[in-house]
Amino acid sequence: MSTVNGMRTGSGMRTVTVVGASLAGLYAARELRAQGFDGRLVIVGEEPHRPYDRPPLSKDFLLGKAGEDQLALSDVDETLELGAEWMFGVRARGLDARGRTVLLEDGRTVSTDGVVIATGASAHRLPGPALTGVHTLRTLDDARSLRAELLRGPRRVVVIGGGFIGAETASSCAALGHFVTVVEAAPLPLLPQLGPEMAAVCAGLHARGGVELVTGVGVAALRGDTAVHGVELADGRVLPADVVVVGIGAVPNTGWLAGSTLALHDGVLCDDGCVTALPQVVAVGDVARVGGARAEHWTSATAQPRVAVRNLLAGRAVETVRPLPYFWSDQYGSRIQFAGRRKDGDLVRVVEGAVEDGSFLALYERAGVTTAALAVDRPRPFTRVRRELARCEARPVMQNVAEPVAL
Amino acid sequence: MIPVCRLEDLPEGGSVRIDTAPPIAVFHADGELYAIDDTCTHQDASLSEGWLEGCLVECPLHEASFDLRTGRPTCLPARRPVRTHRVTVDDGVVHVHPAAEEGTAA
Repeated sequence: MSTVNGMRTGSGMRTVTVVGASLAGLYAARELRAQGFDGRLVIVGEEPHRPYDRPPLSKDFLLGKAGEDQLALSDVDETLELGAEWMFGVRARGLDARGRTVLLEDGRTVSTDGVVIATGASAHRLPGPALTGVHTLRTLDDARSLRAELLRGPRRVVVIGGGFIGAETASSCAALGHFVTVVEAAPLPLLPQLGPEMAAVCAGLHARGGVELVTGVGVAALRGDTAVHGVELADGRVLPADVVVVGIGAVPNTGWLAGSTLALHDGVLCDDGCVTALPQVVAVGDVARVGGARAEHWTSATAQPRVAVRNLLAGRAVETVRPLPYFWSDQYGSRIQFAGRRKDGDLVRVVEGAVEDGSFLALYERAGVTTAALAVDRPRPFTRVRRELARCEARPVMQNVAEPVAL
Repeated sequence: MIPVCRLEDLPEGGSVRIDTAPPIAVFHADGELYAIDDTCTHQDASLSEGWLEGCLVECPLHEASFDLRTGRPTCLPARRPVRTHRVTVDDGVVHVHPAAEEGTAA
C-alpha cells in the first residue's frame, strides 16, 4: 500500500480529532498512526467507557459468559502506543462551519486540522413516557441494566422487533430461563435482508428456543404506570410483560452536526471514499452514508477507516471503499452468516447441507450470477463464497482507484 | 499426548478439532502438521473451520488471521496469540502434545 499521498499533505495536519470512541473511531485512530500521522490525536467519546465491542452484548455478555474485560477492543500497551488524548464521557455538540473546531457539551472546544466523524447510531425508542422495565440494547450501560434485571428471577420478556438484536436478545433471555415473546410488525423478521424463503427459516429458530413469535402486528402502546406490565398490540391483544426490550433499529448520531456545513440525510453524506463536503472531514461506521448507502455492519466500521484516513491525509479522495456487506448472528445455538447484495426477486437455493438439518449454505442468484450467500452453521463453505463475492466485486471498483493499490 | 486421527484422514488443506479443554485445532497446511488453540482470541469462533492460506488460518467470523507456526495474529481484530502445540506422527497416527497451561505445573 502506498501512503505517499498521505505523507505529503498529511504532514501539514497538526491535530486530528476523532469524534466517537467505539469500533470505527478506534480503527480510525489506529490507521492515523499506522499511516504516519504523528501529530496531536484527540479522541472524544460520549460514553464513559474505553472502546468496547458491541456484538457480544446481546449474546455472551447477557448470558454472563463474557465479562466487561473481555469486551475491550484495546489494551494498555496499545493505548500508550497510540499516544492519543482521550476524552471520555463527553459528547460533541457542534462542528464549526469550516470544520476546524469541535465544540464539546461541557463547554470545551478542540481546535483541529482534520476530523473523523465516528459517532455511530443510537437505538430507536418507542414514543411515550419512560417506564421502568423497558430496555434498549446498544451500549454497555444498556446491557448492564438489562442483565441486572434478568438476574432477578424468571420474567415475562417481550422483545419488540425480530431483527438480529431482537432475536439474539430473545435467544439469550430464553437461555436464562425467562418466558419470551418476540413481536415483529412485518409478516416475517429479516424479510428485507434475507428474502421470504430464508427469513422463514430463521423465524423457525425462535420456536426451537421455546420463544413465541408474533408477526404481522405492530405495537400500539406500552401498558404501565411507572413500571411496564404489558405490551398492547395493534389488534387489541395485550401481552403481559415484566421486561420489554425494544429492538427496532438505530438512528445515526448526526444531531450534533446540525449547525455545520455538512450534508446530513440518514447519516453524514460522504463520497465513495468517506470524505464529506469538507475535504478535511471524513466519516466512518454507522453514522456515515458512504456513496449513498449507510451500513450498520461491524465489518464496515472496520474496513472504512483505512480508506477514510488515507483520503483525509491526502486532502482528497484518492481511494474508494465498498466492502462487501457481511453480517452474522448467533441465536438459539446456531450461527447465521450472510454476505453479498441481495435484491428482491433474487432466486435462492440451498447448495450444501439441508435446512431441516440446521446446517446449510444457500446462494442467492440473479441472471445466473451469485449475488449473496447465507449460511447456518456452515462456516467454511460460506467463507469460500464470501471471498469469491468480494473478489468479483473488487475488480470494477479497483479500476476507479486513482493509483493501483497492492492487495 | 492425544491421538487425533490417522495421517491419511487429514489431507493437505484439512483440519480437525479435538475436544480438549480448551479445544485444539490440528491443520495439515503447506505440507506440515500444526496444532493451535481452536478458539479465536478475538471472539468465540472455531479456527478449525477457518480459511487456510499457506501457513495462515483466517477466522471464519471476523477474518482475524493467525500464523500456524507461531500462533501470532497477523492482523486485526485479533490482538493476542493462540497457543501452539507440538504434533507428531507415530505409526501413521497424528498425535498432539498439548502445551502446558500458563501458570500450571507441566
